[in-house]
Amino acid sequence: MEDDAMMIFPLAQTIAQPPDAAASTGLFYLFAILAGASALGVVLSRNIVRTAVFLLFTLAGVAGLYFLLDAEFLAAVQLVVYAGGTLVLIIFGVMLTSKSPGIRYEPKIVEVAVAIGVSVVVAAALVMAIVRQFPAEPASIERHPTIAELGQVLLGDYLIPFELISVLLLVVMIGAAYLAKARRRGGK
Amino acid sequence: MPVWMLMLAGAVSPFSMESWWFGALGISPALWMRVIYSLLLIAVVFLPLVSVIAMFSIWWERKVAGHMQSRLGPNRVGPIGILQSIADGLKLILKEDLVPRSADSWLFRLAPYLAFAPVFAAFLALPFGPEFTFEPRLSAGLFWVLAILSVEVMGVILAGWASNNKWSLFGAMREAGQMVSYEIPLGISILVGVMSAGTLNLVELGFIQGGGLHTWLVFQNPFTFLAFFCYFIASLASNKRAPFDLPESESELVAGFHTEYSGLRFSFFFFAEYAAMFIVGGIQAALFLGGWNDPFGLIGYYHQRFIADPSGIDHAGLMVLNVIAAAVFVLKALGIMFVQMWLRWTLPRPRIDQVLYVCIKVLLPMACVILLGAALWQLFVPRRPGLPWVDYSPWRFGDYGRDQALGALVTQVTLALVGVGMFAVLLGWVVYAAISGRNLKRRLTDPAPIPM
Repeated sequence: MEDDAMMIFPLAQTIAQPPDAAASTGLFYLFAILAGASALGVVLSRNIVRTAVFLLFTLAGVAGLYFLLDAEFLAAVQLVVYAGGTLVLIIFGVMLTSKSPGIRYEPKIVEVAVAIGVSVVVAAALVMAIVRQFPAEPASIERHPTIAELGQVLLGDYLIPFELISVLLLVVMIGAAYLAKARRRGGK
Repeated sequence: MPVWMLMLAGAVSPFSMESWWFGALGISPALWMRVIYSLLLIAVVFLPLVSVIAMFSIWWERKVAGHMQSRLGPNRVGPIGILQSIADGLKLILKEDLVPRSADSWLFRLAPYLAFAPVFAAFLALPFGPEFTFEPRLSAGLFWVLAILSVEVMGVILAGWASNNKWSLFGAMREAGQMVSYEIPLGISILVGVMSAGTLNLVELGFIQGGGLHTWLVFQNPFTFLAFFCYFIASLASNKRAPFDLPESESELVAGFHTEYSGLRFSFFFFAEYAAMFIVGGIQAALFLGGWNDPFGLIGYYHQRFIADPSGIDHAGLMVLNVIAAAVFVLKALGIMFVQMWLRWTLPRPRIDQVLYVCIKVLLPMACVILLGAALWQLFVPRRPGLPWVDYSPWRFGDYGRDQALGALVTQVTLALVGVGMFAVLLGWVVYAAISGRNLKRRLTDPAPIPM
């Protein structure tokens, strides 16, 4: 990204400032706290729509973290796919099915126990993986991939997995269309 | 705009504005100073910029509506009513902030901010000029603006849901259904432009189109020309503008998603809508209509001349150039906004199923065909590589033969002539309508002389 900037904006040479370590640390904590606190909100809130809103803030916090890592494309994808697509669909579904905004759900004691068990296992696995995998001092990243490189990798080295994912999506779409049509036929 | 005047006074590049400020004070900025500086920038630059654009266009829309309906529009507050928006704003600030008893009050209060805040973040990437861009290094700037505008939709949907009112809920459901259908054609038609430019950075898009009318992406090939219109239709839906203003269709849903809102929270929705109109128009100008460039490529030429020598950059010249460029960009965006307003006061509103039909069954296949055609064109028709004025001289047509880009050039020039012709016809029509409208007004208001 920097090389491109140098080439296309000659002024960038005179103004490029090194990223401020203290500022990005501060911003990291800001975004991390936003993501963490609203993730807690997702778990603790009993109202589905509020849960979705907390999820929006979690995703926005994670997008901010991507921004700090200079991965703006990933941040934008995060927003467009999750905030713009998935969350809108969740709320759309809630609007179609529930009767009032005050609706609350009360999980049974068994469900709570199962959820706690699963999350403890996943959290333990994640912590172990992070502790084993990563050195205490993160290696400095020399350069950040551009979108062009990202595209070439996706359509070059990883073409087959990329296309397979789209086939998977196609299967899901055909399945959804079939189910919708089957219900209509049954209704008639 | 205030910041540009400040920069003009100091004759510095906006990138180095921060260091210039602190250099003038003779201190090296500590972290807390930079944080306060950034917050100040948001408070004194972003907020006024968004507000001025929104207030101006609200007044303008009412003027346009008045003219289209043979009225005068607002004309009491200030000369030609230009201060009307400030008066309305004062009234809205003084109004009581109501929350319905049965509403989900937390979400109800949050929703206007969710609709309003993303618009700021989108202004971050808009290219007002080669140097007048708040964040020129966003390598995915175009995609970023799209993503951030999709968060705005979330605010609208939540507003409708949290109001706990049937009309609001209908508005929100229509917004959700509309959004999942317009976003795909919108994205694909942007993709067509991006594909023929080869970049997502809005500032780079401006540099690429710096060589005059025939280098603008809308005239690049027949498919970008079509994508330009496809984008415009989809962007009408994305702005909830007529004929796609189903979420707030006031003739059936009272006021749609913002029925229950009053006072300042109501005005937030309005500010968000008009600022989003400007952003969508700005994106269209930046992607298809050459961004800040004039039709003759003069701005691109002088920009290259001023910065050709890195040691002796002509700061004063660059400042003036940037101010002109910003004016051109804003004019283009406002021009597209004018067409949006024009359509609002001329077209009837379709039903929601017709909107979905248009978006999914008409626009989407059209956009796919355009995308395919543009891809084939990219493959088979060579074009001049590089930046105009840097790598080649856009107005020296003989040079195009060397790169076998002559076919592309002929297309570009033909399309540019078609575009100019359409624009001229439109302009002539508007002028004709204005003249005949004035005659009509005189005939209607002047009493006929009584024959004696």
